[in-house]
Parts: sequence; C-alpha cells; structure tokens
Amino acid sequence: MRQARALRVAPVLDVGGPKLSVRGVAKSYRNARGTVISACTDVTFDVTPGEFVCLLGPSGCGKSTCLGLIAGLDRPDLGQILMDGRSVTGPGPDRAMLFQEPALFPWMSVLGNIEFALRMLDVPREDRRDRAMHWLGKVHLSRFASAQPHELSGGMKQRAALARALACDPEILLADEPFAALDAQTREILQNELQRVWAESGKTCVFVTHNVREAAFLADRVLLMSAPPGTVVEDREVSVSRPRQFDDPRLAPVIAEIHGHLVKEVEKVVAREIRG
Amino acid sequence: MSLVRSAVNQVWPRLAAIGGLVLVWALVYRSGYFNADVLPSPAAAWSSLVHNVANGKIPRATQASLVRLLIGFTISVGIGTVFGLLEVASSLFERSFGSLVVGLQSLPSIAWLPLAILWFGLNERAVIFVVVIGSFPAVALATVSGLRQVPLILQRAGRTLGANGWRLYRHVVLPAAVPGYVGGLQQGWAFAWRSLMAGELILGGALGLGQLLNNSRQNLETGTVIATMVVIVLIGIVVDLAVFSTLDHRIRARRGLLAT
Repeated sequence: MRQARALRVAPVLDVGGPKLSVRGVAKSYRNARGTVISACTDVTFDVTPGEFVCLLGPSGCGKSTCLGLIAGLDRPDLGQILMDGRSVTGPGPDRAMLFQEPALFPWMSVLGNIEFALRMLDVPREDRRDRAMHWLGKVHLSRFASAQPHELSGGMKQRAALARALACDPEILLADEPFAALDAQTREILQNELQRVWAESGKTCVFVTHNVREAAFLADRVLLMSAPPGTVVEDREVSVSRPRQFDDPRLAPVIAEIHGHLVKEVEKVVAREIRG
Repeated sequence: MSLVRSAVNQVWPRLAAIGGLVLVWALVYRSGYFNADVLPSPAAAWSSLVHNVANGKIPRATQASLVRLLIGFTISVGIGTVFGLLEVASSLFERSFGSLVVGLQSLPSIAWLPLAILWFGLNERAVIFVVVIGSFPAVALATVSGLRQVPLILQRAGRTLGANGWRLYRHVVLPAAVPGYVGGLQQGWAFAWRSLMAGELILGGALGLGQLLNNSRQNLETGTVIATMVVIVLIGIVVDLAVFSTLDHRIRARRGLLAT
C-alpha cells in the first residue's frame, strides 16, 4: 500500500520541494477582556507531498490556530505559509478541512452536502451525483445518502464530513481534532478509516490533535508544540509500516516517548496556571 | 395511538377555555347587567354569525381585508428584508437607520394613520401604509437576528469548500438564517393583521372586517360585532397555525432543531 501511495504522489512539478511550508508564523488575538494573547509564535515546519503530519500539543498551544492559518481562514501576523511554493492568501477547496464539529449543512441531505462541495468546484450538475455517491461509498455511507445530517450518529456525521472534504480533491487535507468528540470505539474505527482512505488517496494531510495515541497511529511525523505561545519543539518521525494496527508493539515506544515530551509541556502550562 | 392522545391533550384545554368563556358570557347575559341590545346572548351572536356568513357580508369583508393584508404584508416583507440585509452589511446603516427602526417599534402603527390620511387620503393606500409601517420593523429585526445567529463554523466550512463572497451568502449564510427569518415573518404577520384591523376600524368606508365592526356598532347590530370579532381571531389563528407554524415546524424538523 505504501508503494501504491508513493506512485500516486510522484511529484510532477516542483521536484523535491515541500508541499507545504510554514515559515516563522506567529498569530495573536484579543480575548474577551481585550488582552492580547499570543497563540503561536515562530512556527516553522515543512510537509512533503503525500506526508501525514500530526500537530500535537497541550490545549491552548495554538495548534488549531496554526491550522486555521494554513487553511487561510485567518491571516498570520508574522511569517509565511506556502503551498507548492505559492503564498496562501485565503481559504479554498485545495485545502479542504475537517473540523471538530462535523459542520454539515443541516438544510441539505448527506448527499446534498457532498454535491455542494462539487458544485463549488464547478463540477457539472450531471456529474455531481455519481461523484458524490462515490465518496459516500468510500466512507460506507451510501445507504444514508438521502438522510438529513441530524439523523446520523456522531461518527457517521464525521464520515460524511470526511467524504465532503475528499470530494474537493484537495492538495492537502486539514483536520482539526475531528474525532475528539467521539466515543473511544467510534474514534478507533474512524482513525482506521482515515488511515485507509488517506493511503488510497495519496493526499498530504495535516492533522491537529492532543491525543498521543492518535498522533502516533496516524502520522508519518509528529510535530510537538510547546506550552503557549506554541512553537514546534519536537519533530518525531514514526516509521512504523502501514497499514498499522492499534496494538502494533512498535507503536508503544513511540507513544511513550512522545507522551513524555507532551507531559513536560502540559506541566509547564499547569505550573503557569498555579502561579496565576 | 400516542399521536392521537397528544392531539387530544392539545385540543381539550383550549376547548375547555373557550367553553368557560362562553359560560361566563351566558351568565353575565342572564344577570341582565347589560341591555340585550349591547350584549346579545351567545346563541344570538352565533345566529348572526351564521346569518352574516350566509348573506355574504362576512365573506366579502374577509376577502377585502385579506387582499389589503396581502398587499401590505408583501410590501413590508420586501422592505423589512432589504432593511435587515443592509443593517447586517453596514454597521453605519445599523447604527443610524437600524436604531431608528427600533425606536419606531415603540410607536403604535395606528398613530401613523392621521398622517397617512393627510398624505394618501381616506383610502386603501392609507391603510396599507399603516400595515407596512406596523410590520416591516419586525421583519427587519428578524432578518438581522436570523443572519447574526448563523453558526460561524458553517461559514468557515463553506469558505474552506470554496464558497466566498456572494456564493457564501447565497449558499450558506442565507439558508442558515432561514429559521430565524421565518420566526420574524410570523411576528410581522401578527403586527400586520393588528395594524390592518385598527386602520380599517378608524378609516371606515369601504368594506373590510374592521369596517364591518364599526358599521355594525353604529347600527347597534351587536351580534354582528361579536361575530366579526370571532372571525378576526379565527383568521389570525388559522394563518398563524396553517402557514407559519407549519412552515416553521417543517424547517426545524428537517434540520433536527425540534426539541424531542
């Protein structure tokens, strides 16, 4: 499967260049009381084509903020974000995104949600249904095509959101803790499905999570972010072959090591909170 | 089974309340406190309702009123919606004209009638003006609150899917605002109906339910007065239930917004 993926992502242009390049990015925002909070600072990393990168860190470390900047939903205060060497100036379907909430449009059917993504890509009307059904099939939701989003379970909603994002045929798939609100069993099933669908698609993926196990299971590389204001403090490759199993003994030491680093960062956050 | 039971549970308290009201009315009538010319018995009022429906008086008046209402309400939905959209689009517009509209709401619409008569004369246009001025602020406010309540996450999702500018508005923001907007139309309709009745009552002249009320009072046809009041209430309830509540329920059910 790894080989198949390598073939699919053989770079056509931009030989050897990173797919995504985050350079010295900083972002601060004003909280409700008007205090300026620095969410992340001097974030720098590259993602190679077809790579699955997890941004991991304690809560409030600015990992979601970073993802929003890559998505183009917000603009960085400092630094640059480049995709295929071009500066990111706004959101677009070339960087389709999964949110923590499914964010499906409640007035459309499940199929309608996928067709909407295709419509925004100016796919001709007569082709939309077949292509949407294709992606629903990929996430095993064909039977629920005509259901309304609220009729689906939490896990099914996120699968529909995944199908919608994949229908965009993005250059990079972005995910902001998409499975955090699901129960443990459903989460494992979805992590497995994501691994499969991602491997088939050969997409580049940037996935934000605070869950070490999830990061180690999914990622080719885990980027650990520091206590806020967040910056990348560890860059750990996960070389376990795919497809992976959750109980793969080779994952355990990776998880233990990353966990150790993460705990240190979380301790800094807690210590700061205690000091006030 | 439970559907039937819940329908019954919905209906019987209302019927009981109406029955109680008629009972009190019958007792007051029996007591002789009011002359029978000013307070007819429930039975007499019922027979004048039947009589005036049969002779076409009430149907004609109803039709005339509904036509006015339809014209006035359509205009006010148009104005109110545009007004609301402008308020959301421009904070200057909101702070200036938006606050003016909020202030306008504290002025009962019928207070505009004297001016309306001076401007338009004693005619349809004066009444329709009062209907519009009475109901468009509710539509404008509902448009604003409907748009403001659109979840940010849906807009962000739409933008990452490539919807921006007008396409984001057309495909994400406006549809997401529909539930709040329909609630506003319902309120606007209620204001329009009240304004119309007040306007017709004072303006007199051409046939409408308001005029029928007033003419019947002048002719001391008290049964017809009460019958007309009943019709006004019925139309209010029927439109509210059959049009707006049904629409609102459908929209919410489709989106999974109904409390279970």
